[in-house]
Formats: sequence, C-alpha cells, structure tokens
Amino acid sequence: MTALRGFIVKEVRHILRDRQTLALLLLLPLVLVILFGFAIRTDIRSIRVAFVDSSPSAASLSLENRFQGTPTFHAVATVASTRALDPLFRRSAIDEAVVLPADFARSLGEGAGRVQVLADATDPNIGSIMTAYAEAVIQSWAAEWIASEAAGPGVLVSVRTAPNVVPETRLRFNPTLASEDLFVPGLIALVLTIVSAVMTSITLTREKERGTMETLLVSPLRPWQILVGKVAPYLVLGFVNLVTALAAARIIFTVPVRGSVTLLLAEGLLFLLVCTGLGVFISTRTDSQRAAMLASMAGLLLPTTVLSGMIFPISSMPAWLRPITYVIPARWFITIARGILLKGVGLGVLWPDTLVLALMAALLLGASTRLFKVRLA
Amino acid sequence: MTSAERGARLRRWFRTVGFLVRKEFLQVFRDRVMLFEMIAIPIIQLLILSNAATFEVHDSRVHVVDESRTAESRGLVRRIGASRYFTVVSSDPSMAKAERDLATGRASVIVRIPRRFADRIESGRTAPVQLVLDAVDGATAGVVRSYLGAIVERHGAELEAEAGPAPGTRGAVAGPAAPLAVRSRGLFNPTLDYKDFIVPGILVLLVTLIGTLITSMNIAREKEIGTLEQLNVTPLRKSEFVAGKLVPFWIIALAELSVGLVIARLAFALPVRGNLLLLFGAAGLYMVVALGVGLWISTVVETQQQAMFLTFFVMMLYVFMSGFMTPIESMPGWARALTELNPVRHFLLIMRGILLKGAGFADLWRPLAVLAVMGVTVLSLALRQYSKTTG
Repeated sequence: MTALRGFIVKEVRHILRDRQTLALLLLLPLVLVILFGFAIRTDIRSIRVAFVDSSPSAASLSLENRFQGTPTFHAVATVASTRALDPLFRRSAIDEAVVLPADFARSLGEGAGRVQVLADATDPNIGSIMTAYAEAVIQSWAAEWIASEAAGPGVLVSVRTAPNVVPETRLRFNPTLASEDLFVPGLIALVLTIVSAVMTSITLTREKERGTMETLLVSPLRPWQILVGKVAPYLVLGFVNLVTALAAARIIFTVPVRGSVTLLLAEGLLFLLVCTGLGVFISTRTDSQRAAMLASMAGLLLPTTVLSGMIFPISSMPAWLRPITYVIPARWFITIARGILLKGVGLGVLWPDTLVLALMAALLLGASTRLFKVRLA
Repeated sequence: MTSAERGARLRRWFRTVGFLVRKEFLQVFRDRVMLFEMIAIPIIQLLILSNAATFEVHDSRVHVVDESRTAESRGLVRRIGASRYFTVVSSDPSMAKAERDLATGRASVIVRIPRRFADRIESGRTAPVQLVLDAVDGATAGVVRSYLGAIVERHGAELEAEAGPAPGTRGAVAGPAAPLAVRSRGLFNPTLDYKDFIVPGILVLLVTLIGTLITSMNIAREKEIGTLEQLNVTPLRKSEFVAGKLVPFWIIALAELSVGLVIARLAFALPVRGNLLLLFGAAGLYMVVALGVGLWISTVVETQQQAMFLTFFVMMLYVFMSGFMTPIESMPGWARALTELNPVRHFLLIMRGILLKGAGFADLWRPLAVLAVMGVTVLSLALRQYSKTTG
C-alpha cells in the first residue's frame, strides 16, 4: 500500500506542478457552464416579421401596429408583393411573413377577411411555434377590430372569446419553464463527461507515448494500482468541478435544490467514476494521445449532447433508438440530477438509474484492468 | 526579379509543399486507429444522431383523474386516448397517486376533470379542466400543453354544439366563428421534417470537430516529440510549413464532407435545392477557416493536452452558439454578438440556405464574405504565431 501511496503522491505533484493546466482544468468547466447557462435559450423571444401589404389601409396598419406592439415580433419590412419576400427568406433576413390581400380592408368589413402567414420552417419546431404565435396575434386583433367597427368609430372594445371548457395548466417542477433549470444540469453532465474522460485517457496514453509507461510497468506496482493511482487524482479534480458547477447553478442561475444535496454529490461521484472509467477504457484501446483525444472528444461530444436528453427529449426519439441512449452515462445522471434538483425525489425513485451507473462503473473499470497491457507490444 | 525567377520560386514552393503534404498523408494513413476513428466516428454518428434530434411528441403518458364520472367527462378521456400524441396509462381517481406518478416519471401529464364538470357545462358556466404537466422537459411540456389544450377546447365546443344554446348564454352554437380566416404555411420544409434541419448541422459539426482536433494537435505533437526542431533547422519557409500542414487535412475534411452529403442524401433524402458548386466552393472556404483555427491553436500551445483543452472550448462554442439546435435569435444580445465570430454559424447559414432554401450567391454573399475575412485573419495569425526559433 505504501507503494500505491507514493505513486499517488507523485501523480498529484505532476498535476500541481503544471499550474497552467491545473487552472484550465478547474476553470474551464465552470466557465463553460456559466457561459452557456446564460446564452442558451430554447424559448422563442424574437421573431422578425415582414408584411406584404399592397394597399395599405387603416385596418392593415392597425394589424401591423399590433404585431409591432408585441414583445416577440419585430417588423423589419413592409413590401408590396410576395415576390419581394423570397430573397428576404433566402437570406434569412426574416423569419415570418404576414400576407394581406389587396382587398383586405373591404373583405374584412364584409366578414370574409383572409390573411396568409408564411413561416421559415427550416427548423420545423420553431416554424410551427412561430405560426401559432402569429395566428394568435391576428385572431385577437381581428376580434377587437370587428367589434370596434361595429360599435362605431372611436370606440375601443375589448373582446374576450370565452369557450365553455377551458384548460387550466399547471407546470410542475418548473413553473416558468426556465431554460436554465432544464439546461444547466445537462450542461454540467456534458462538460464533466468530456473533461473526465479526456483527462484520464490522456494521462495514460502520454506515458505510453513518452516511453515512461515501461518504467511504471517494471516497478513493483500492480496493474490495478497503476490505474488507481492515475485515476484517483482526476476523480478528486472532477469532484471539485462538480461542486463548483453545482454552486454556480445554485447561486448564479438559482436552480432550485429540492432534494438531498448529499445524495446529489454521491451520485455525482458515481457518475465521475463512470466517466474516468470511460477514459481508462479508451486509453487501453489507443496508443497515442491523438487517438485517445479523438475518441474521447469526437466520440463523446455530439452523442452526449444529442442522445442524453439534455436538449432533445428521449421520449421523442424513435423506439429503436431509445435503447442506444442507454449507453450514454450522462443520460442517467441527467435524470438523477433533474430528479433531485427539480422534483425533489430520492433514491426510492432514482434507484434504477443509480444501479445502471454503478454497473457501468464496475464494467468499465473491470474491463480496463483486464485489458491493461502489462507488457509492451 | 524577372518573371522567370518568380516562376521558378513558385514552382519550388509548390514542390516543397508537395513533399510536406506527402509526409502528412503517410503519417495519417500509418496510424490505423486514428484512421479508423476519423472515418467511423462521423459516419456512425451522422446515421444515428440524425434520428435522435427531434422534438416530436408521441405517446405522451397521461394519468386521468376523473372526479366527474359523467358521460361528458368520459367523452373527453376517450378523445384524449384516441389522439396519437397521448396514451392514457392510468385512471386512478386519487390525485395524490397521480402526483406521485408524475414525480416518478410514470406519467408525464395529469388531466384532472373536477367533480362539477358536467353540471357547470349544463348550466352554461365555464368548466375548467386541470392539466398538470411535468415541466422538467421544457420543450415537451410546451408542445403537450398546446396539443392537450386544443383537444380540451374542441371537446367543449362539440359538447356545446350538441347541447344547443344553453339558457343565459350568448346563444352562439359552436362558439363565435373566427372573424378572419388565417391560412398558414411553413416554407422550405413543408413536411416539417426535423431531419432536414438537423442533418446539415450534424454533418458540419462532425467534420469540423475531426478537422480541428487533428490540426490543433498536429504541431503540438511535433513540439512534444521534438521533431518540430528538426523541421525548423531545414530551409523550410513559414508559408510552406503552414500550407503543408493545412492542405492534407483540407483534402481529408472536404472528402469527409462529400461522403457525408452523399450519405445524408441517400439515408435521409436531404433536399438539395440550390447549386452544389456554390456549396462546395463555400465548403472549401469554410474548411480553410476551421482548420486554420486548429492550426492557430496548435501554434499557441506547448503540449497536446493544452491543445485539447482549447479545442474543447472552441468546439463547445461551435456546438451551442451556432444555431445548430437552439435559435440564435433567442440568445441575449451579447451572446448573439459572440455568434458573429463563430464560423460554424455562418457556414450553417450557407449550408441550410443552399440545401433547403435554394439560395444563391446573391443571397449568401454576406456570410461568404465573413468567412473569407476570417480565413485571411486566422491564417495570418497562425503564420505570425509560428516561430522557427525555440526557447
């Protein structure tokens, strides 16, 4: 055991000596979480709209003013024909267009008004939300306009169309649909996955590349001791990252913590164990730092982003794909973190996810110990 | 200098660069693991991830708490169950149980129909239906809310139509008819296929990721191994060195992008509405920028580890601040300004413009110009940063 202790002390010295890298290691995850926590919004806040109005009238101007008065819509252009829209759409200068026919005012007076809404549906999700927003603005404007026309000029009437059965919605666990609350736990999981996997895979492959692995192999250290000594310091570093990132989430983004903090930290440690295990596993399969980095970054960045449920809901994915998401460690940790932070649930609910993470850790570390080559090729 | 001399110098420049390119190619093809990763990672990820990126809601799990137990409420439950978006997983009348289902994730929405639902409808009053959503997944919650709300309201309108005007109401039969007919159309993606939107993004990011990683670690590796000093003592010029490092990976990246486009076309029927020549011209320009960034990173750092960290930072910016998944317009002002510095954002605008919108040069000259400026800047930076002396 003294040999192992000595080895760990050596590794820690290595890490502490390289101040620049250490600072990077401690700050980078925090900076990323804060930066993207502020920057990423999934709700739609700004829609650039153009109007096609070939014969401006009091009605058409009133409608355009209504759009301009909403916080979401920004009128950027009024053109005379639909043909002028094409280049605007193709240049992505506008997101949506409202087409008013030439006889808009007259037909509206006759109760047969027509309006066309064109939306850039390149992103279909955003496209349909934008159309729904515009339709709602137009309909509420029309109801008021018609009512005030009927009431005579100069009278403003506000109309409420009251259907007889109304849905009353309550959004549990995240009543304001705050992007931060949804996004920050996922972001923490993503950043920790990559930093941990990359760090451990590099530290081992670097010894191979520099030829110092031989020195380690001929030392009295057993293979598992080499792995433990290499991984333990980075596990501690990862844990520091986890704590600072969670503190940032709590203090800067006021993400609620409704469940047990101790449980969250314990689950975090388990998750970090899986990620470092992944790094060790990658290092047993590669011989150069380049190959290890390519695998741990190119191999993990996009799959973790897309398949972990941090942005795209897993329930929306096709059935054949859902089992593939099971191999993504962050998927389980995100469920756990959201459960503890937002829902306030405990192990009683989260034990299956915890069990999966524990199995992953055992499998990865077990396989790595066996695959770790004690002899050089 | 006569034109003959200039011609000779140019020929010599190309000859030297040619040797360097050959050396880099040999090194790439020799490392089998790397080669495998470079080819397999983008192809596999393109095929799998493209299917995952969608916000469609189907079979959302509903827990119904029917406290009314009338023909009216049962009709509403049937209507919800019949929708392809929803599956009724439980109709246990206990609200506490329903809340627990929501917490454990067994249900993602509770529909609670209060006891006096039918009475209120009959007496012409407004009858509320409570929808409690698991909003931990914000995107889904928004969609579920609007779908479910529409179903509830439609059911109400039909109930009213069946009942005829109730005493004391405004006397409208099916609610007031919409005073204005609004017809909406989604442009460029009429079937609202999310793949059309996401595939170009995934492809661009994958190729960029591989390209940047390889170039950013390339010179750092030579520094670490000590072979850079060997190159430094040769009469190699700085421009020859940078060109020799850039060209091989530029060729590889463009080849990967082309293969990816063919796969996207075959596997996902990705539309190509614009000019392919323009697309490849833009891709060639973009790759100079993307790989130039990698090369610049490589000249700044001392070790591959540091290169990796910088690349990771840059890649995160590429992924999250390019409009690849989340709309740039929704970002706060400072973040939107930051995206202007992101080459992926500009190239994605070009890719989606050409592929989905059929945009031409006249529409895309601005992002193209931005890329050109970036290319010149980043290459001169790399050229200046790379020094032939050590220590």
